[in-house]
Amino acid sequence: MLGLTPGLTLADARARIPHLVAVDMDRAADAALLARLADWCDRYTPLVAVEEPDGLVLDITGCVHLFAGEAGLRRTVMQGLARGGLTVRGSVAGTPQAAAALARFGRKALGRHDIVPPGEEEMAVRPLPAAALGVSPEVLLALTRAGLKTVGDLAERPGAPLAARFGADLPIRLARILGQEDIGISPRRPLPPCLVERRFAEPVAREEDIDAALAGLAHRAGRILAERGEGGRRFEAAFFRADGRVTRLAVATGRPTRDAAVIMRLFRERLAALADPLDPGFGFDLLRLAVTACEPLGESQVSLDGRMVEDEEVAALVDRLGARFGAAAVLRPAFVDTHIPERAVRMVPAARLDDGGTAPPCGWPVERPADPPARPVHLFDPPQPIEALAEVPDGPPLRFRWRRVLHEIARAEGPERIAPEWWRDEAGEEPTRDYYRVEDATGRRFWVFRQGLFGEAPAPRWFLHGIFA
Amino acid sequence: MSAVQETLQALRRSIAAIEPAASEAGRRFTCGAPAVDGLLGGGFLRAAVHEIFAREDADAGAAAGFAAALAARAAADGRRVVWVRQGFSVAETGALHAPGLAALGLDPRLLVVVTGPDATCVLQAGAEAMRCPALGAVVIEPWGDPKSLDLTASRRLALAAEQSGVPALLLRIAATPRPSAAATRWSAAAAPSRPLAANAPGHPAFDITLLRHRAGLEGRRWRLEWHREHRLFREPAPLSRPVVSLPAGRPAAPDLAPLARTG
Repeated sequence: MLGLTPGLTLADARARIPHLVAVDMDRAADAALLARLADWCDRYTPLVAVEEPDGLVLDITGCVHLFAGEAGLRRTVMQGLARGGLTVRGSVAGTPQAAAALARFGRKALGRHDIVPPGEEEMAVRPLPAAALGVSPEVLLALTRAGLKTVGDLAERPGAPLAARFGADLPIRLARILGQEDIGISPRRPLPPCLVERRFAEPVAREEDIDAALAGLAHRAGRILAERGEGGRRFEAAFFRADGRVTRLAVATGRPTRDAAVIMRLFRERLAALADPLDPGFGFDLLRLAVTACEPLGESQVSLDGRMVEDEEVAALVDRLGARFGAAAVLRPAFVDTHIPERAVRMVPAARLDDGGTAPPCGWPVERPADPPARPVHLFDPPQPIEALAEVPDGPPLRFRWRRVLHEIARAEGPERIAPEWWRDEAGEEPTRDYYRVEDATGRRFWVFRQGLFGEAPAPRWFLHGIFA
Repeated sequence: MSAVQETLQALRRSIAAIEPAASEAGRRFTCGAPAVDGLLGGGFLRAAVHEIFAREDADAGAAAGFAAALAARAAADGRRVVWVRQGFSVAETGALHAPGLAALGLDPRLLVVVTGPDATCVLQAGAEAMRCPALGAVVIEPWGDPKSLDLTASRRLALAAEQSGVPALLLRIAATPRPSAAATRWSAAAAPSRPLAANAPGHPAFDITLLRHRAGLEGRRWRLEWHREHRLFREPAPLSRPVVSLPAGRPAAPDLAPLARTG
């Protein structure tokens, strides 16, 4: 209309329209918009792929009957995007490459095909220019020089000489665009093993309605999982707002479950814990519940002492706490076989209550049970530096100052020498530690250590590492 | 699953009704020291909140050890223990050290540690855990005197404990005792231990005071020693102190026979 086309230089454009406003390209914003559009397209099919920088590919296999056929689906998508103020070109074809080529390079003059009937891809793409193959500019130049200007020109030639002259890539691209080979698309989100959704004729905005709809979906997902003998470990609810925004919430369970009440309880915890509450805006027109991870789950037998029921309940509690406070806040100690105190325990998410073989079967090793505890209840990481006065060379401290309080030592035991693990890379620089169990005059017990030995450089330093009961 | 579990609970209740002695044992857990258990009427009530204050900030380790030992007693049947801490406590008193808890007799395999960013979250998580009847004990450790821990909050915890029958140990570091719905309130401090050979520190010793007891006497003070091998508290024999040496030429006890008047 204004005589501007993509690829025009700014000087030429200014020559045509003097008051042209030029804005720098913002690739990040473009990518964000494309991602939002892809989210919006999720409502038509779970398989959406982004084709940088400006394309979306939807795998609509098995979805079209919901939208009155391919033509109806294409019209719905195009109208939806056009309402958002975008100029869109769309095609439906047997392979993603053919559809993308038709959408990008199809012109009225070349016999435009918006919807290609099955098996007619070759005829539809033949008039397209060779650039539709998406090859590199050098190969495109070589093709043009060889007089191969359209896809049709290439399709008539045998594949082997083409591969020899223009690279092995070319015949493969050709086969895909001609619909002879279909590799599918790489969707942004993996296809979940189980997916249920509910569409609303009118957008819903009331919290109770949303809750009830989600509960209905959880029931349906539970029935599907029960038929397969599976339970879900991760659930993702997607709320499609009428204005195109999509909110996704995920919850995870420690054990496979298909109990709708359990799933709903987790989602309610998750919704309650949202810093920024679920804003329905003008309402949601589609709710989708995906089970993104499944595991086999047989019918379970309750043991007579009820211990299994208790385990289930604790697992459910851990899931609820994890849904509200985050899985990183609900932890369980896992045993690590090392003498270095700060590494002797690793906190792992408690969602898996069976510890996967990390703990020794007979429990945590406790040396000399008749003696007082050799390890403190509280451990500082990193150890707290203290000023200590001790006998040379390896006596326990006589007094030390920690947090400005002077502790006079009444009893002490040690040293327990813990050397760094030489097989670890960074251990080379760490000095040996001599640990002492000390009790001050008021009866408080501490675990202090001297890092390094007397007579060595650097001079030894004292640290407080833990507090005993 | 809940129907099955209700049935089981109903069965357990009916069995408990037949066996009064067992039911009493199921309602309470002992600490092992007869003097303390006796005063509490047979041990700590399970379905209740027990508040444990560190006498001073520096007694945090002793109070935590006392709570861990009580939790180990309460969860002796292999039920799990949930310990809810505030992030600030970790910075201030150090992280819970599983080998140390194991050394005290609380199996780390049974432990679930929840860390909350503030006291409100800690109390929320604690209340949520309290509603799960499958736990052996819940230790709730907010730091200081948070506003959110008022009478209503402690009442809520007490109600949850009554319903689930899980004991709550409310561990209060750097806090001042205030009225609450707790069944018992303790003040715990470290006490000098009985030294082992070569003047090594002995078994963990605690100086505990019963500040408040809803159903009985209060204000008593004990010195308890935790024996982790047997997992029980004991009152140690009084410390030996120097006695006056016996006079050489006279009997040790005064002669009870009245002296005969002379002359």
